[in-house]
Amino acid sequence: MNLGGLQAVKSMSVPSSSLSRKSGDGVSDQFPAGLRVLVVDDDPICLLILEKMLKKCLYEVTKCNRAELALNYLRENKNGYDIVISDVHMPDMDGFKLLEHVGLEMDLPVIMMSADDGKKVVMKGITHGAVDYLIKPVRIEALKNIWQHVVRKNKDEYKGKDCEQTGSVEDGEQQQKPPEDAEYSSSANEGNWKNSKKRKDEEDEAEERDDTSSLKKPRVVWSVELHQQFVTAVNHLGLDKAVPKKILELMNVPGLTRENVASHLQKYRLYLRRLSGVSQHQNGLNNAFMGPTDATFGSMSSFNGIELQALASSGQLPPQSLAIIQAAALGRATNKSPVPVPLVDQRNLFSFESPKLRFGEDSLLNNNSKQINLLHGIPTNMEPKQLATLHQSAQSLGNLNMQLQSQSSQSGSLLTQRPQSQPRTPLLNEINGSHVSTLPSSLGQPIMSQALPSSVLPRNGIENVRGGTFGSVSQPSSALDFSVNHGTEFPGNSFPLMSNSGIPILTSKGMLQEEVKSEMKVPRGYLPNYDTFDELNQNRTQDWGVQTDGSTFDVSQHSNLQGSLDVSPSILVQQGFSSNLKSEQSRNIPVSKATFAVGDSRAGNISNPSQQLNSSPADISQRIKAERLPNMGFQNTFFPEQFGQDDLMSALLKQQEGTGAVESEFGFDGYHLDNLPV
Amino acid sequence: MERNLHRQLANMKKSLFDQGYLDEQFIQLEELQDAANPNFVEEVVTMYYRDSARLIQNIDHALEKNPLDFAKLDNYMHQFKGSSCSIGAKKLKNECTQFKEYCETGNGEGCKRTFQQVKKEYAALKKKLEHYFQFARQVGPVEKACRPK
Repeated sequence: MNLGGLQAVKSMSVPSSSLSRKSGDGVSDQFPAGLRVLVVDDDPICLLILEKMLKKCLYEVTKCNRAELALNYLRENKNGYDIVISDVHMPDMDGFKLLEHVGLEMDLPVIMMSADDGKKVVMKGITHGAVDYLIKPVRIEALKNIWQHVVRKNKDEYKGKDCEQTGSVEDGEQQQKPPEDAEYSSSANEGNWKNSKKRKDEEDEAEERDDTSSLKKPRVVWSVELHQQFVTAVNHLGLDKAVPKKILELMNVPGLTRENVASHLQKYRLYLRRLSGVSQHQNGLNNAFMGPTDATFGSMSSFNGIELQALASSGQLPPQSLAIIQAAALGRATNKSPVPVPLVDQRNLFSFESPKLRFGEDSLLNNNSKQINLLHGIPTNMEPKQLATLHQSAQSLGNLNMQLQSQSSQSGSLLTQRPQSQPRTPLLNEINGSHVSTLPSSLGQPIMSQALPSSVLPRNGIENVRGGTFGSVSQPSSALDFSVNHGTEFPGNSFPLMSNSGIPILTSKGMLQEEVKSEMKVPRGYLPNYDTFDELNQNRTQDWGVQTDGSTFDVSQHSNLQGSLDVSPSILVQQGFSSNLKSEQSRNIPVSKATFAVGDSRAGNISNPSQQLNSSPADISQRIKAERLPNMGFQNTFFPEQFGQDDLMSALLKQQEGTGAVESEFGFDGYHLDNLPV
Repeated sequence: MERNLHRQLANMKKSLFDQGYLDEQFIQLEELQDAANPNFVEEVVTMYYRDSARLIQNIDHALEKNPLDFAKLDNYMHQFKGSSCSIGAKKLKNECTQFKEYCETGNGEGCKRTFQQVKKEYAALKKKLEHYFQFARQVGPVEKACRPK
């Protein structure tokens, strides 16, 4: 955070805000004081009151009564703001549109507010990627904690950057260490938001946070020109073939990394998806969304639903498949028991998700965006080696997948996606519809990934799962995972995951289809894994719980997915979660959450590839819990997938396409799911 | 004597709350007052009455049209409601909610009727708050003068 810079030219509260925040170092001490807030509202009364309240919270405030003006401020001063608060109903531009723009271009957390507290509009805020929604009249208490969103976002980014970082640090932990957070947030701005997204699961590395802040990479701001270059490159390559590496080459922008491009690509895809699939089943999705608030699953579903719809609409997903997937999602939602009905489970998962899908692309996109963020954390940073590990694990998982499947229907779906060794392939590509095809291929491995997703999904895991699945093991599975995430209960955290899942979901959708058709054999190999997983998970569930506690699972942060395979702890959690959710009983959501956070850490340690892979999503989660924590290997499998959403997506897509060449570019690096909403 | 004034002022405020004119949000605004902005609440309320007069007019005009454009009415009222609840105008906010409900059901008569209520409450609150602030200004300076800075 560049507090020091009273560069906030627009800042009206400069004088008051000129606390000693000037220098970056100073900031950390003062944090959250000096947080640079941009408030947008056409009502002058509200604007005045908010400004006063924010100043009272010792924030630096810039107020603005028009959305266009706000965007100008943001564009002119790329790193001049930390967070944006915007009204929903504005005459010159819809608040949600502003939200999308900010997310896509600046990747800043945006809080929506309105006197309207209808469920639909709040849901819209969520799907478009808002980090929070305040009901007017806004009280100062509500504003006091907005810094958490900044930290959270930065954390994710940060994590992705540094694998060693403990991505799993929970929010709570973060809050407990304001100084660290301060550093975090301050550096977050410059930090690599991509990386940070991928929060690591390793909770024990939480302490590293302090160190990491110094490692933060400068945040990449996607200016209009840059974005234009990006779009040109993508169009040149063709959306389906647009892989981060090639895009990067075409763009030829010095200093831009593949990860940057990958995450941006993910977001962009979500955006396109949303555009094309807005019409469909929006209602359905909304319902799904609203319903399972505490069911991460639901979120996944919605996401999946959207994806599926998107896929369906794009003609990639045959209606039947969609239906099947949905059915599967639905089935999954219930978190099936460990009965080894891998296919069924998967299907359930999908079915669960399918309702969500109905929501229509719009919601899907929203979810995606949200989820994408999640994904960001997860897969984007999947290192190649992680992927490799994943693959291995995926294979082993394949067997387990079956087991897992039964356990966690959710996971199953996820796994399928993952197994492919290279889930990483640009998610985007995969999302486009290759998922379907890739699924089958990845079956063997995906199980792991799938399992992960499933289990993870429930809570936070979903995100992770996704991330992991995508990139790492089998792309197909990753897709599934994502969807799973939706379904899984993600109680609060799930949202973030959802975003991640969103991406994977797309891929998974494809996968689901196949699976569904073939009786959810998606990962054919997986199924067996699932079963094994389930068993494992079941046992593990307990462990999961433990694990989750350990790992600062930031599921919500989806940083877990950051692809650090080392995430294990979080991954496990997540996975365990999903699996728990599904099969186990106790939905150790907390557990998953923890694991999820790990997600970011993307199973750097695919030490136990087999383990991971074997456990189908559900299994994975469970396993993660129980064993994984100690076995990072597992995590590795998962995480890699989770890591960058992009990666996951691509991974999934690739898997489907059979390319399996998951690029490590998966990780969106810094793509926050939030930003994705376009 | 100051104490008397203060107590009077406090009573005035209490009655505004008891009668339902104001709610918790008003307290929030008062808490934002400090040495730098001693009359913050009054400033906000003044601005509110100035700004919302325009909205009231718009709604009046819209209600005269035939057929009624409920979407537009709802939109105006949404803005008005947002401002009103920001200053803590409780009764007013409730009337606005009622108006919006009638808009949703397309009840033109209900809207018109409710809007009459809205205008009444709007005027009544304005008077009460003017009175209150006037009194507060009398009491305020006295208080400050007494308190060592």
